[in-house]
Amino acid sequence: MNTVQNFEIFVPKLVEKREFFSSGHRACQGCGEVLALRLLLKGLGEDAIIANATGCMEIISSAYPATAWMHPYIHVAFENAAAVASGVEAAIKALRRKGKIADREVFVAAVAGDGGTADIGLQALSGAAERGHKFIFFCLDNEAYMNTGIQRSSQTPFMAATTTSPAGKAIKGQRTGKKNMPEIMVAHGIPYVATACPSYPIDLLEKVKKAKEADGPAYIHVLSVCPTGWRSPSNETVKLGRLAVESGVFPLYEVENGKYRLTVELPEKRRPVSEYLKAQGRFRHLGPEDIGKVQALVDREYRKLIHKVTTSVSWS
Amino acid sequence: MGKRIGMEVAIAAAEAVALCRIDVAAVYPITPQSHIAEHLSDIVHDGRIDAEFLTVESEHSSISACAGASAAGARVYTATSSQGLMLMHEILPIVSAMRLPVVMGVANRAVSGPLNIWNDHTDVMPQRDCGWIQLFAENGQEVIDMSIQSFRIAEHPDVMLPVMVNIDGFQLTHMIEPMIMPTQEEVDRFLPPRVPFATLHPDNPLSMGCFNMPDIFMETMKAKDVALQGAKKTIIKIWKEWAKIFGRDYQPVETYKAKDADILIVTMGSMGETASVAVDEMRKSRKKVGLVKIKLWRPFPVEEFKVAVRGCKTLAVMDRALSFGGAGGPVATEIKSLFYHEKERPRVADFIMGLGGRDVRVEDFIAMVERAEKKEDDTYEFLGVRE
Repeated sequence: MNTVQNFEIFVPKLVEKREFFSSGHRACQGCGEVLALRLLLKGLGEDAIIANATGCMEIISSAYPATAWMHPYIHVAFENAAAVASGVEAAIKALRRKGKIADREVFVAAVAGDGGTADIGLQALSGAAERGHKFIFFCLDNEAYMNTGIQRSSQTPFMAATTTSPAGKAIKGQRTGKKNMPEIMVAHGIPYVATACPSYPIDLLEKVKKAKEADGPAYIHVLSVCPTGWRSPSNETVKLGRLAVESGVFPLYEVENGKYRLTVELPEKRRPVSEYLKAQGRFRHLGPEDIGKVQALVDREYRKLIHKVTTSVSWS
Repeated sequence: MGKRIGMEVAIAAAEAVALCRIDVAAVYPITPQSHIAEHLSDIVHDGRIDAEFLTVESEHSSISACAGASAAGARVYTATSSQGLMLMHEILPIVSAMRLPVVMGVANRAVSGPLNIWNDHTDVMPQRDCGWIQLFAENGQEVIDMSIQSFRIAEHPDVMLPVMVNIDGFQLTHMIEPMIMPTQEEVDRFLPPRVPFATLHPDNPLSMGCFNMPDIFMETMKAKDVALQGAKKTIIKIWKEWAKIFGRDYQPVETYKAKDADILIVTMGSMGETASVAVDEMRKSRKKVGLVKIKLWRPFPVEEFKVAVRGCKTLAVMDRALSFGGAGGPVATEIKSLFYHEKERPRVADFIMGLGGRDVRVEDFIAMVERAEKKEDDTYEFLGVRE
């Protein structure tokens, strides 16, 4: 198994040293998604099975006969990662109970992009969450269909240019804001929902740990910077993730049994969204007025979140 | 010896599946499959078998969950019909390509539109090329037997492919028939616990469902075809073993009064029984009519079919689905292709019948034979349709 050299110097000793995602995969330079994946697999530990949706992470990792996955791994199709994971989970449960496999806990996790989660995969995810399978669903959100060539999804942010929401003369990019996936998952009454970003690795790992401990389905929505699709320099991936959080564009929080909590506290005066937007080519068509509209939307969503943080109570 | 029972066939199908000691079932309700799903849930909820019963949110997810569960090493079952099977369509060839044993009961029903819940084979024919083994049951006993046989076939190390058991909707699923239900002891003797080739487990991590570049994709497709074609041998072997334990004989192609026949009716599924009554009726007036019933549709038993119809002048083929705008119904087209290179080949008369629950009676088969005798061109015809 691969290990990083001088790991102790750079990373706190709590972090899993082993790598579960092999180097040599085909992800783009500066890919935030594969960075998130590497971390979350560390968080899951050895005793886990991964069900992956078709998408970037699948296509960069598993060109037969090679594989980057050190966990047991299955890919079936695009929209059904949650359904496949639910079948795996049910099988492990039954086989363990019947003494056909070793009697020890094995975590089942589904990994999908934003399309495989919030668009085409939403039904399967909703079903698996409602049925209460003990599994973690990771949405690695890079805010568009990057694998097929940067087409918009329901997770593409307001006014971002993609190949199907271009910055035209009449319509300036994506017309709507992100569909609030974490809130949809909270509405399923599942015990653990969180947002995360690999720019905050310890926060992400903590959340995976909590998700594993949750008594039922867990959902983690991970913002994954995509230099290819966002038209950003590949060496600024981590920085861009931090800007997204610090500007309130993508606040980091968790919802335990219905109780919202910010896991990365932000100052009263957040960074302006313009700093975040200007670092990315997908927003370069925006003028000051447009940026004002984006800022207003971010402020509104942030206010809504803070309201939930201050008023929500745990149902457990 | 099994127990003689009088039971609705769908209920019997669920009982047969329970005898197979499944680990996971994932189903979504659809008419006329629903009694299978309901009764199986009764069996699990009453604790008669130890299995996980997933009430999924769609058929797409039921087959996906079955794929995941089978990959993890479980013995899995699902059942569906019509629109549900169409919704599964995307996943069906993936399950077979991944060589995952899954057994699925299909309560055959017409495909929309317009919406129609009654029986024909328009749901299963679009799944013909998905790489699944496909069996057609003629009566309740065959539904029980084939449901049990399917697990043995699907999980056999020389096969490792999913199996569909086609059960005509209503005309078979909802009939109460006298049948023999095997005992648990007999089934245990015939069907040992599954020994999976590979499973998803951290003890032995491996990747399943890796994508193929053009340099390997065709090899994968050929391997799948070789596996499916090669499955016939194992299926026949398993059927022989079945006959030894249970005393009931199964063949890929069954015949009835076919030896001296000038004209043979060709059927799949429950219509075989009505057709056999029609054959008896016509034999009374010394007409040399017989019957050929295809039990194994995929892999198609090419040699067995040719032997079964040898010497016959005319085949009157019943197609319960059609290929709109095509050369004929799927069954007749298949049969015609078998004989293209043969020196002596029967005339193939293709009749589209019994769509969407349109009744096919004994007299309809008699009319079919009479029409087949007179028919000179090889175009397909609708029978029993109002013009």
